[in-house]
Amino acid sequence: MTKAELVEKVASQINLTKKQTEVVVNTVFQSITESLGEGKKVELRGFGSFRIRERNARTGRNPKSGDTVEVPAKRVPFFKAGKELRELVDGESETE
Amino acid sequence: MTKQDIINRVCNKADLSRAKAEEAVETVIELIKESLGAGEPVILRRFGTFQVRAKTKRMGRNPKTGEEAEITARRVVRFKSGKHFKSAVNEED
Repeated sequence: MTKAELVEKVASQINLTKKQTEVVVNTVFQSITESLGEGKKVELRGFGSFRIRERNARTGRNPKSGDTVEVPAKRVPFFKAGKELRELVDGESETE
Repeated sequence: MTKQDIINRVCNKADLSRAKAEEAVETVIELIKESLGAGEPVILRRFGTFQVRAKTKRMGRNPKTGEEAEITARRVVRFKSGKHFKSAVNEED
């Protein structure tokens, strides 16, 4: 599902214009991005939480040239699925 | 930041009633869950991609007791953040 498809589905399901729905969807993800940008985690019950993970500096290697390069410490966004989402996604694994 | 904070922002930005904003945010979350529940990835440009991945069974260890235990095969959600999201988190304050 792409963002355009998500917008379309939300719009028809709750009777909003596509334009408004686009603002809704953009605001949701922009809010999450900004919150983590400020170092604040986002918790959405039933869905999951977005947090920042710190990555230490490490020595990496350019896979093409083989040169060693210093990879600086950085922060990365991290999503942890909540219980409800975890169970929902794993629910059909028994059928395989 | 909680769901309520996000609903407040949506309320202002999209010029919706609080009730409608709440319904809209809940619907966004529900539809993402539905898609992942069906094994379908959700691809949101700039923000990132939610994907369902199958994990095979493996041996693990109970960190408390040290006992070996099999971790069953399962399906898990994986989120890969997009460029914009990554750089927002890495900006120097």
